[in-house]
Amino acid sequence: MRIYATYNIKGGVGKTTTAVNLAYLAAADGLRTVIWDLDPQGAASFMFRVKPRVKGGGKAIIRGQRSLDDAIKGTDYENLDLIPADFTYRNMDLLLDKGPEAKQNRKLSRLLAPLAEEFDAVFLDCPPSISLVSENVLHAADVIVVPLIPTTLSVRTLDQLTEFLTTFPGRQPEVLAFFSMVDRRKKLHKEIVEELTMKREGIARTPIPAAALIENMSVQRAPVTAFAPSSAIAKAYKSLWAEVRAL
Amino acid sequence: MTPGLAGFVVAGDETTWGSALDKALEALGEAFGVVPDPAGAQGGTWRRTWFDTFDWRLYRAGLSLEYVATRRGGELVLTGAAGSRAVTGPVTGWRATRSYHARDLPEGPVADRIAGLIAPRALLPTATVSTAGTVARLLNAEGKTVARLLVERPAVQDRPLPPRLAVAEVRGYPAQARRAARLIALAPGIESIASEGDDTGSYLLDDALRAIGRRPADYSNKVDAKITAGMPAPRAVATILLALLDALEVNVDGVLRDTDTEFLHDLRVAVRRTRAAIKLIGDALGLPSADYDRFAAEFKWLGDQTTPVRDLDVHLLDFDVMASRLRAAKEDDLVPFRTFLQGRRAREFRALARCLRSQRFTELTTGWRATLTAIRGKGRRPGREEPLAAGRLAVERTSQAFRKVSRRGAAITADSPPESLHDLRKRCKELRYVLEFFSPLHDKAAYFAVIGDLKKLQDCLGDFQDNEVQIDEIRALAGAMLAAGPVFGGGTVPVGTLLAMGELTAGLAASQQAARAAFESRFAGFAGAGGQRHMAVLLAGEAQ
Repeated sequence: MRIYATYNIKGGVGKTTTAVNLAYLAAADGLRTVIWDLDPQGAASFMFRVKPRVKGGGKAIIRGQRSLDDAIKGTDYENLDLIPADFTYRNMDLLLDKGPEAKQNRKLSRLLAPLAEEFDAVFLDCPPSISLVSENVLHAADVIVVPLIPTTLSVRTLDQLTEFLTTFPGRQPEVLAFFSMVDRRKKLHKEIVEELTMKREGIARTPIPAAALIENMSVQRAPVTAFAPSSAIAKAYKSLWAEVRAL
Repeated sequence: MTPGLAGFVVAGDETTWGSALDKALEALGEAFGVVPDPAGAQGGTWRRTWFDTFDWRLYRAGLSLEYVATRRGGELVLTGAAGSRAVTGPVTGWRATRSYHARDLPEGPVADRIAGLIAPRALLPTATVSTAGTVARLLNAEGKTVARLLVERPAVQDRPLPPRLAVAEVRGYPAQARRAARLIALAPGIESIASEGDDTGSYLLDDALRAIGRRPADYSNKVDAKITAGMPAPRAVATILLALLDALEVNVDGVLRDTDTEFLHDLRVAVRRTRAAIKLIGDALGLPSADYDRFAAEFKWLGDQTTPVRDLDVHLLDFDVMASRLRAAKEDDLVPFRTFLQGRRAREFRALARCLRSQRFTELTTGWRATLTAIRGKGRRPGREEPLAAGRLAVERTSQAFRKVSRRGAAITADSPPESLHDLRKRCKELRYVLEFFSPLHDKAAYFAVIGDLKKLQDCLGDFQDNEVQIDEIRALAGAMLAAGPVFGGGTVPVGTLLAMGELTAGLAASQQAARAAFESRFAGFAGAGGQRHMAVLLAGEAQ
């Protein structure tokens, strides 16, 4: 089982869109896939038409009163399941902040471990923040996929993340950033994408363009890779998934 | 998606299936959005072929084995008794038209479950069903898929079979799947065929077999003659012998194809039973004595023709077990012996095949069938004495055979020669056959009590004699191998091989001695007070 997390400290950069589409493509490749919507806003759950509710809330799961397995819902797609968001996830930090300090940032990792028998790929869709939740996600993940808006500032956040990961003892996750919501008509976007993709390591060759079809995902309530598989944006996600999968 | 399936079959006939399906879909449409899903993984067309042994060992064990061809090879699907999950395993190079042995099963759970059950029989294709499947998604008010409906339209040899419906659960939405199943179950013309977790395959197999005029478990090597106690004895005996002739003939094709060793075994059993029936109850047929003698001699000839191949089969079937028991010699030492056995079997098999294709064999079976059919169809002649009833004949001949076994067995002492035990074995076989011929007339419990006693004694006598025969044969084969000269890689028989064969005979001799030591207690179990009582109950029931 390989665990992928879409992460960025900033919101609105395309984390959920990326998690939803990459998870769909993983499932379409035949990988038994589950996506965990960790964001209390429940955008990924909404996208798959699943009610953002978990029996007993986040507390029951984090405390182990309810197994993660129980919360899993099938989506409309073969091989693709979802663990829905729940509004109580907004308090997940408090729930994780219990017990010995050394173990607090490994709780999600331990909760996910039993899924290894059943799934080949897990996607974690994180809420935007620096918190105990995100720290747990970073510890649990094998690959961290970081969407970046093409600005100089956003590249700094990637540097900060990479630096933070170097403080992890033992195994460290792979990090692959990619440029998201790229507007080719903007000169600055074009320059940053071209320059940094060439110069900086750890940035995917595939940028994901800004596209009206992405907005349409919340209308269709489906991954764009599912409802418009021949579109340019769907092809870009396929290419990005190929890069992520190759890690 | 978790495939928790609730299965249904459309009732009625071909003319009503369409409207019944429409009604089921209408019922679902009132509670769910029903959207065709052409990309659904369970849709499309596929062929599934069921395999079983000639004597239906899987079916009788409540199992069914399907081979489903896929683009990348194929899959074996083993479904068990109700409620258990299917066991699957990938398989390559299989075809729906040929037979396979236990050794051809790919390693894995399917082989683990059935290899021991089927061996040494081969798996034969019993029916091939082509299915066109369509999938519809059942949506809730949010437009979310909460269950799937699978509609399968199967056909066997271009004959359509009743369509199947199944509701597949989407994980996390079990209540919705249950609701869909309830709605379908209430639709007119729809019958439930399986509860959640079951596979619907075995029901489909039943339908397919019916459509091609077969029924499951239509062969067994048990004597299965339709006789009654009140039936005139000539007709009952002719019926028994015709059932034996059916069993003999139905195995010929499998022997000639050399599908597995048990076709010949069952054919030989049918011949032996026929010979025993002619000897023990054949007089009831009222045939001229010249006919008796002729048929008896011809069936002896047939039995003799089958003996060499069967003897070699026994050696080869037991080979691995015997080889594994070697202590001093290595298993590899026996390789030349196995090669020799295989070569000799190939030669003997050609002779057997010539026999079974010969005019003499055809004349024997057709002549015998014509004779028996005429007797069975004959009515009672007016003015003639009422013939003996089958029930009386059964009591008379069973008592005779039992007395004979009891008398001869009681005369055997520790000093008796081996021949006396061999002779007793023959008498036991005769008793067993008489019991089996008339088994439909007996009370089941009383019958199995007697058979149980007798079988223990027969096993002991069988071990005693078979081990002796095998020892003699191994000695004779060793001589034949030496006489065959330089056939083993340019040299003569390796010394290691002869030593290993010697060790085999030593092992067999030990088993023979053990059987001899066990004889007294086995015989006491059969002919003692308990055995006598079992037989008395059996015969008393029959006399009534």
